[in-house]
Amino acid sequence: MGLLSDPVRRRALARLVLRLNAPLWALPVAWLERTMQSVGLEVYTQSFSRQLPFPDETHERYMVSGTNVYGILRAPRAASTESLVLTVPCSSDSTNNQAVGLLLALAAHFRGQIYWAKDIIFLVTEHDLLGTEAWLEAYHDVNVTGIQSSPLQGRAGAIQAAVALELSSDVVTSLDVAVEGLNGQLPNLDLLNLFQTFCQKGGLLCTLQGKLQSQDWTSLDGPLQGLQTLLLMVLRQASGRPHGPHGLFLRYRVEALTLRGINSFRQYKYDLVAVGKTLEGMFRKLNHLLERLHQSFFLYLLPALSRFVSIGLYMPAAGFLLLVLGLKALELWMQLHEAGVGLEETGGGSGPSALHPPAQGVGLTSLVAPLLISQAMGVALYILPVLGQHVATQHFPVAEAEAVVLTLLAIYAAGLALPHSTHWVVSPQAPDRGWMALKLVALIYLALQLGCIALTNFSLGFLLAATMVPTAAVTKPHGPRPLYAALLVLTSPAATLLGSLFLWRELQEAPLSLAEGWQLFLTALAQGVLEHYTYGALLFPLLALGLYPCWLLFWNVLFWK
Amino acid sequence: MPAVHGGERRWEAEAAPGMAAARPLALLVLLVLGPGGWGFADPPRDSLREELVITPLPSGDVAATFQFRTRWDSELQREGDTDHYFLRYAVLPREVVCTENLTPWKKLLPCSSKAGLSVLLKADRLFHTSYHSQAVHIRPVCRNAHCTSISWELRQTLSVVFDAFITGQGKKDWSLFRMFSRTLTEPCPLASESRVYVDITSYNQDNETLEVNPLPTTTYQDVILGTRKTYAVYDLHDTAIINNSRNLNLQLKWKKPPENEAPPVPFLHAQRYVSGYGLQKGELSTLLYNTHPYRAFPVLLLDTVPWYLRLYVHTLTITSKGKENKPSYIHYQPAQDRLQPHLLEMLIQLPANSVTKVSIQFERALLKWTEYTPDPNHGFYVSPSVLSALVPSMVAAKPVDWEESPLFNSLFPVSDGSNYFVRLYTEPLLVNLPTPDFSMPYNVICLTCTVVAVCYGSFYNLLTRTFRIEEPSTGGLAKRLANLIRRARGVPPL
Repeated sequence: MGLLSDPVRRRALARLVLRLNAPLWALPVAWLERTMQSVGLEVYTQSFSRQLPFPDETHERYMVSGTNVYGILRAPRAASTESLVLTVPCSSDSTNNQAVGLLLALAAHFRGQIYWAKDIIFLVTEHDLLGTEAWLEAYHDVNVTGIQSSPLQGRAGAIQAAVALELSSDVVTSLDVAVEGLNGQLPNLDLLNLFQTFCQKGGLLCTLQGKLQSQDWTSLDGPLQGLQTLLLMVLRQASGRPHGPHGLFLRYRVEALTLRGINSFRQYKYDLVAVGKTLEGMFRKLNHLLERLHQSFFLYLLPALSRFVSIGLYMPAAGFLLLVLGLKALELWMQLHEAGVGLEETGGGSGPSALHPPAQGVGLTSLVAPLLISQAMGVALYILPVLGQHVATQHFPVAEAEAVVLTLLAIYAAGLALPHSTHWVVSPQAPDRGWMALKLVALIYLALQLGCIALTNFSLGFLLAATMVPTAAVTKPHGPRPLYAALLVLTSPAATLLGSLFLWRELQEAPLSLAEGWQLFLTALAQGVLEHYTYGALLFPLLALGLYPCWLLFWNVLFWK
Repeated sequence: MPAVHGGERRWEAEAAPGMAAARPLALLVLLVLGPGGWGFADPPRDSLREELVITPLPSGDVAATFQFRTRWDSELQREGDTDHYFLRYAVLPREVVCTENLTPWKKLLPCSSKAGLSVLLKADRLFHTSYHSQAVHIRPVCRNAHCTSISWELRQTLSVVFDAFITGQGKKDWSLFRMFSRTLTEPCPLASESRVYVDITSYNQDNETLEVNPLPTTTYQDVILGTRKTYAVYDLHDTAIINNSRNLNLQLKWKKPPENEAPPVPFLHAQRYVSGYGLQKGELSTLLYNTHPYRAFPVLLLDTVPWYLRLYVHTLTITSKGKENKPSYIHYQPAQDRLQPHLLEMLIQLPANSVTKVSIQFERALLKWTEYTPDPNHGFYVSPSVLSALVPSMVAAKPVDWEESPLFNSLFPVSDGSNYFVRLYTEPLLVNLPTPDFSMPYNVICLTCTVVAVCYGSFYNLLTRTFRIEEPSTGGLAKRLANLIRRARGVPPL
């Protein structure tokens, strides 16, 4: 492959990289347009603007407006029905300029070739993921997140695959690949295999989750490192965040992954030619695709680049965990039934009413209040923080983002007082049957939710099941209540999030202190809410509207009087 | 009048920005069977054959099966005096044009590719281009005023667009040799006319911009698609042109390279796409651009959508400049599953300097599993929509005599001086349908069938065969002869 083999192209690339290294504050739209036009692409721009629900403190943005620039390379003698995308997110801190340079060099090289069968879109987005989201929504002419953007002037048919590129410097020591997308979606495994093939072919050092690939799987080190990588992937997938611009493509069924060039203090360094060759190879392979990538797995876990755990292997684990809930519910049902029969016999009733234990009547009326109140708490947790941020900032000396996070925590903690506010509605007779019925409903509710989550985002489902199921199964109003209470609090969704953060940093070999962990926790909460509003991530509504009310029911069971 | 048109690669009249007058990836067949000969009292639903073979083509490549052929029975079609009952419309949105199409096409030419202009048609150069479109048009032409006898007219056209960016390394100069790796040497002996036209419009305005070599002996001026064009004409029958250098290698050089000015945007262009995501619903959107500064004009939009996209006609919305635009004429023929596609024909007035969006929602049908194509994950093609319009012209054209310039009149038909006719094809679309995972059933079916076939076959063989011990036949011819003799003698054979 002749990419950048001739000195003219190499010099041109060096010039581009130098030009891009100069500090810049906004995307140089006019310059990009001119450059793309000069290499012979059809160039279009798209402007977008978005007001975030509250200021994003990690990225320091609130009212966002920007411009995406994209150039389309039309494949000769093809009808523009299919296309591939190479995207480079560009933000104001100019960390990704080398990637823009490489994109332009690749565009110039690709333009001279006649073998393209699919159009190739070279996309430079501003404000990283926000720009990508705006472009994707405009390309598919939908509005999912309420972003305002100008309609696209040029299209190139159905996008078959996309590769996002992030480079921090013009030499890289390794290429890291990110696959986890929005809501835990993953690209087809074949795309990753393709990347891995070209990594091996080009002799590049490729990493997954920032971990080197272990060669030795016979000793203990290899599997241990694989386990670490696997756990990191589970945590990242469970977070439901798009880990790179590719994550947003997956919603539109475009197979995509993000390549990150890492420059660390390793001995062997590669220049951009090596990265460019890898990309060229991947695009030529994707160009030859007759069908969309569909042959390989869509649901998998990766302990290493060359190994994967398929859905058939990991799903039974989650299934067995959920079976605990089912069995426990069955046991409770039988206990309720026996208690009902006992009551009937003492009351003198008999016959068909044994099939219809009065426990249900007693149970159901007493269940309505806790169910309604805990669900209302969930709705409050979902709506109030963002809705009430301005009220909070007026009355308390906090910024909007802080106000949202603190309101979240306040409502979350207020839910713990629920049993004291509901116990007056509970009928005094047959207290045992009351909590049993409530726990039965809560167990089934939890099992259903976790089952649904595990089907769509296995990592999240498994993580929540592993923490919530044991305590949910043992919780009852008798026995060592303080112990149960401590266990329940420790396995509540928020505590799981906090624990996951610590585990994540521990696995990345950058352990957190307690104060740092708390700070990170607050940031993660704010980010979670923001990502729900800006990209449509489902983790926040899932926790607020589904799992938190369910957890409150168990809390209610524990403090049943 | 069957007209077969195979094109590949949408082509845009304006080179870089904006969408354009697109020639489609389409094979369009319009078929009118003449009146008479089809006298059915109760006309059958569809009496056409499934295959439509254009006989002049020997290779059979153009004889395609049109699955989703539909009757085109709209009021607009009934205006003529011909019986349009048998008018059919079919589109094959995906047809790869390759050398196998070109070779039989060339054989139809009077001199094949031996002499004349057709020596330039070398496959390896023609298929390294940006756009390639070849067509065969056949139609009856009346021999006299009363049309008592007819002749058949065969017209072949080939359109090729070369990418100067790749071959010229940024320069816009070209020559016949560089494009076709051939030069012209002689006219076809059978041809009554053999001419090369070169667009040198800017040459006459300013002699400094470009240079043509050899210098043209005659020029031709006409108004093409609303703009005045000047062409240099090289007649191959003119002996002076060939004899000077034994061959004609036309060259065009830009003295002053033209600036990167945007090419003029055509008054009418269109874009079509599928919006939405997921495999349940979607929306077909067509954007119609009228860039004329002050004239509105009507456009006839013809859409055929395969039946497996279930159109919701009540969602049909047409908006221009933010307001609803009511079409003055609508003809809709609903689809029948597996029999005929949707046919939607509308006459829409495009306001001046506006973008009109025509969108209609659809639901993706679930096909039977035998109905999927061998590559179902590639997606299913939706044919391009066809736009026909009389676009107002900026330059008044004088009505041209047909006899004087038949070529330009047939390529760029002009109705009167102020309008010119344009037919545009939008790009075809690729839509994904909900596709089952074929790997599992295929594996299971193939494996089971193999096992059953092997077991059943061998068992059947064993059970039905009668075993017999056959004596080794020795002797052969000698033995047979001996037996004959013994039979003649009345002795039992050996």
